[in-house]
Amino acid sequence: MEEKIIDKSEIGPLLSKLKESYQVIAPVRRDGDISFERIDSADEVVLEFSNTKKVPKSVFFPQEEVMFVYSRSESGTEIKEPPLEQAASLLFGVRPCDARSFSLLDMVFDSEDYKDIYYIRRREGAKVIGLACTSPRQTCFCTTVGGGPFNHDGMDLLLVDLGGKYLAEPVTDYGEELTEDFPAAADADKQKRDQMRENAEKCMKPIVADLDDLKNKLDTGFESDFWDELHTKCIGCATCTYLCPTCHCFDIYEEEEDNNSGYRLRLWDSCSLPLFTLHTSGHNPRPSTKERVRQRIMHKFNYFVTNFNEFGCVGCGRCVQNCPVNLDIRDVISKIAVSS
Amino acid sequence: MANPYLPVPMTIGNIITETDARDIKTFELSFRDESDVDRFDYVCGQFAEIGIFGAGECPIGIASSPMDKGTVQFTVKRAGRVTRSLHSCEEGMEIHIRGPYGNGFPMEDMEGSNVVVIGGGFAFTTLRSLTKFILHTENRDRFGDLTVIYGARSPGDLIYKYDLSEWANRDDIDLFVTVDKGDETWTGREGFVPTVTEEVAPSSENAYTIVCGPPVMIRFTIPILTELGFKPDRIINSLEMRMKCGIGKCGRCNIGDKFVCKDGPVFTYEQLMNMPQEY
Repeated sequence: MEEKIIDKSEIGPLLSKLKESYQVIAPVRRDGDISFERIDSADEVVLEFSNTKKVPKSVFFPQEEVMFVYSRSESGTEIKEPPLEQAASLLFGVRPCDARSFSLLDMVFDSEDYKDIYYIRRREGAKVIGLACTSPRQTCFCTTVGGGPFNHDGMDLLLVDLGGKYLAEPVTDYGEELTEDFPAAADADKQKRDQMRENAEKCMKPIVADLDDLKNKLDTGFESDFWDELHTKCIGCATCTYLCPTCHCFDIYEEEEDNNSGYRLRLWDSCSLPLFTLHTSGHNPRPSTKERVRQRIMHKFNYFVTNFNEFGCVGCGRCVQNCPVNLDIRDVISKIAVSS
Repeated sequence: MANPYLPVPMTIGNIITETDARDIKTFELSFRDESDVDRFDYVCGQFAEIGIFGAGECPIGIASSPMDKGTVQFTVKRAGRVTRSLHSCEEGMEIHIRGPYGNGFPMEDMEGSNVVVIGGGFAFTTLRSLTKFILHTENRDRFGDLTVIYGARSPGDLIYKYDLSEWANRDDIDLFVTVDKGDETWTGREGFVPTVTEEVAPSSENAYTIVCGPPVMIRFTIPILTELGFKPDRIINSLEMRMKCGIGKCGRCNIGDKFVCKDGPVFTYEQLMNMPQEY
């Protein structure tokens, strides 16, 4: 598909046009941070940012979501699903790691056997316009897990910031349609893009040389000694899982409004927390941080690979950057990969 | 697109208090909406999420036989918030269920074979479903010999006494009921399930065995079954795990790459030997 040039002054009008048919979600400054929010006007959008602290997956999988409302009467209980009264979402300015996480979440929630309609109804018809990472953070490691700072996975269109303008790489028909009125990129623009991509990739040298090796080590490593060491720093705060773009675990919970009505909802939950697997009998199959850290690593780098043929990690580095005890998942996987 | 998280309404029918301690009850539920009867088409060994609005949901194995159309039975021990709430329910009240979930027992594979059922304590519920299914007139000829070994701590802890006395009078089932320790009225067998299994010594020839019970019972029974010649792929277990969604999304009931809710709860001993020991 033909690569185009979009001048930065055109972004505002483009967003305003998109707002006519979509609920546009883009990075904005909110509560001292930058986060993905539904925008009211194009002026709010901030495209000079490394990445958001919170993940855009919440657009499709909110941290808290009402599943249905129930109300009892003489004739029985009425159950009502809350209608989703919103236009399809268009996410603007999503980093390649986060865009890729949508493809991974699709595998979980939109699987052949059971369809998670709460996720699917928000995801259906959604569009994703990505923003290439020209200067990755020190904590980024997408290239280690099969991604890249200029990758297209999960996007309709990728924008590359060339300075005063964006080079736009359409990925889907929608991306092509969106850019059809813009001028074609010149060879010099493409060369500049290639150079930027090379630089970005170079500063993120993969930290595990052989990914198959990592998976294989874990295949036989459930009882390995390395788990005894790796978990000791972890305080079980679950920050890593709440900031993770691919974590999909949730709890189902109920709130009563009065004796005859209430609602059932779901909330993000975390394998780092002891209650996650606690049986009513008091038995807990994952009784300490050792088993819980192991579960998190195994899920992302072994179980997910077995079930979906992809790593359950996109290398965004949020867990590295925000861990209060500096437990670095990159160290963990590299230690495992080189273990004997 | 059907929403797998939406429960269906049920009416509580007959409630049987199973144990002397009154902590285990069997609830017979019927569908309030006729169209749900066919949608809830289950096999032995599957489970459902039982929900009581205001209290929550919990996964419970189905205790009735799929041959008993129109009603579904669950035998529930009073243990946590939902089960306490259920135990205080009365006949005629409305509750909700989702399901059926899980793989269930490999009933078709077992056709033509002898079946040895070994159960301990309160884990006998889905085994009762299986036993009733095999004993049904339409099914009995399709299976070989049926041996059932069932034990509880004391006579007062035995569940389904009404079924046990009926089965004891049939000649197409070999039933061995045992208690760890009898009381002054008990005239039956005494001894732990593994010991009784050793005494009964069911033949492994052309046979499957299904073993459900407390972990300690399973640990001591499996070596005996192995000694009797049962191969790991013919020893069938059913597992319990904390669950929420029941459909492999919420992420907590996995053992390795398998979800107990949808890949299980029924696993062969051969499968379990190749899975992490994390349950």
